Amino acid sequence: MNFPKDLKYTNDHEWVKVEGDIATIGITEFAQRELGDIVYVEVETVGETIASGEVFGTVEAVKTVSDLFMPLEGEIIEFNEELESAPEVVNEDPYGAGWMIKVKFSGELPAELLSADAYAELIGA
Amino acid sequence: MEDIIKKIQLNDLHVALGGKMVPFAGYNMPVRYSSDMEEHKTVREGVGVFDVSHMGEFMVTGPKALDLIQKVTSNDASKLINGQAQYACFPNDKGGIVDDLIVYKFEDEKYMLVVNASNIDKDWAWINQHNTMGADLENISDTLSLFAVQGPKAIEAVQVLTPVNLSEVKFYHFTVGEFAGVKDVIISGTGYTGAGGFEIYVKNEDAEKVWNAIFEAGKSYDIKPIGLGARDTLRMEMGFCLYGNDINDETSPLEAGLGWITKFTKDFINCENLKKQKEAGVDKKLVGFILQERGIPRAHYPIVNAAGEVIGEVTSGTQSPSMGVGIGLGYVKSEFAAPGTEIAIQIRNKNIAAKIEKLPLYKK
Repeated sequence: MNFPKDLKYTNDHEWVKVEGDIATIGITEFAQRELGDIVYVEVETVGETIASGEVFGTVEAVKTVSDLFMPLEGEIIEFNEELESAPEVVNEDPYGAGWMIKVKFSGELPAELLSADAYAELIGA
Repeated sequence: MEDIIKKIQLNDLHVALGGKMVPFAGYNMPVRYSSDMEEHKTVREGVGVFDVSHMGEFMVTGPKALDLIQKVTSNDASKLINGQAQYACFPNDKGGIVDDLIVYKFEDEKYMLVVNASNIDKDWAWINQHNTMGADLENISDTLSLFAVQGPKAIEAVQVLTPVNLSEVKFYHFTVGEFAGVKDVIISGTGYTGAGGFEIYVKNEDAEKVWNAIFEAGKSYDIKPIGLGARDTLRMEMGFCLYGNDINDETSPLEAGLGWITKFTKDFINCENLKKQKEAGVDKKLVGFILQERGIPRAHYPIVNAAGEVIGEVTSGTQSPSMGVGIGLGYVKSEFAAPGTEIAIQIRNKNIAAKIEKLPLYKK
């Protein structure tokens, strides 16, 4: 499985990509595989400031529903609208076109975020 | 004890095929090989094979076989002819259901009961407890494998493997014959998908040979292995009950819409109370519904009426792969059970509009 080195990861299987004070967030390849076919991504928190570890949305697969957790505190400034009509992109390209939200944050990453290697170890990959 | 996960005969083969194995009903079972949606579509449009060897099988034989079956099941097995199968349930003595099952009649003193894997021990104890008449019982669950070959192309894809004319094995009928060079295979016109096809029961020692022959024969039909994920969405589109979700120890067969398999033409466990319930009418009913807005119902979500009052609870739900909308089953107060009734499903504190629909939810 692929876990890009330039991303940070959470125990809840989200990834974070940082560019200045903007963080892009999605779910990992492992997460999408575990979920199976993703049919709905619901994010209704754009404009809100949400604390690290709190729920920012939900992802629905055919078989199951799962909460999405904030890897860091910040204001959600954008939801990937493409997922409205094509949620399967999360399965096809979880680190690229399947990104979920962009967050404006302090620029300082929480210490508990995992490196690619640490995340791979967590899931036993 | 309960923590011991059993393996079905072809466990390693499913792993090699890329099956994601998950514990289900005490067995490691393939939940999917590629994608739930693709596997679902394969069964609706082509042909796919489920390994459902976790299912339990009990042989009931001897002069008292029918007496026991009549006592413990809700349907009337005296109506069966040799080579016919029947859907039924075991009613408990408190108004609920021990399990749902299929009764196969081989001959007058030889029947097979096929039960849910999750209930094998419970069912076995239950029928033994009620076997006061002395039927001969044998639990052969660990000796048989069961493959469901399902889909509109199922028959053409594997006809070459058997001298039995598969198109003559009628719905809920079966025959015992040679299949893939193996003798005494039970070929049954049953399934759990509404897509057509049949199920075959083979001895564990023949399972791999039969499985491989099916895939070899079905190659040009693009036959694929199908996981339990697609099995669940296929049965939900048809509105078939799943024990543990839609029916359980507390739901009455009449509430569950299983009146058609609850026959008061004979005596059976708790029939007096069920008869009274039938006469008085039930308070709640299992219904199918389709969402009118975007959203996906899941088990235990509240069902509300137009005024927002809770009138029931979802027992099964998914996004229908065939229709692309949220569908589900659930219990509602009887006055809301008529097809066409507008209801809503409470999803994360929002009421999402839905409508009660006649079953099957997916109409070809």
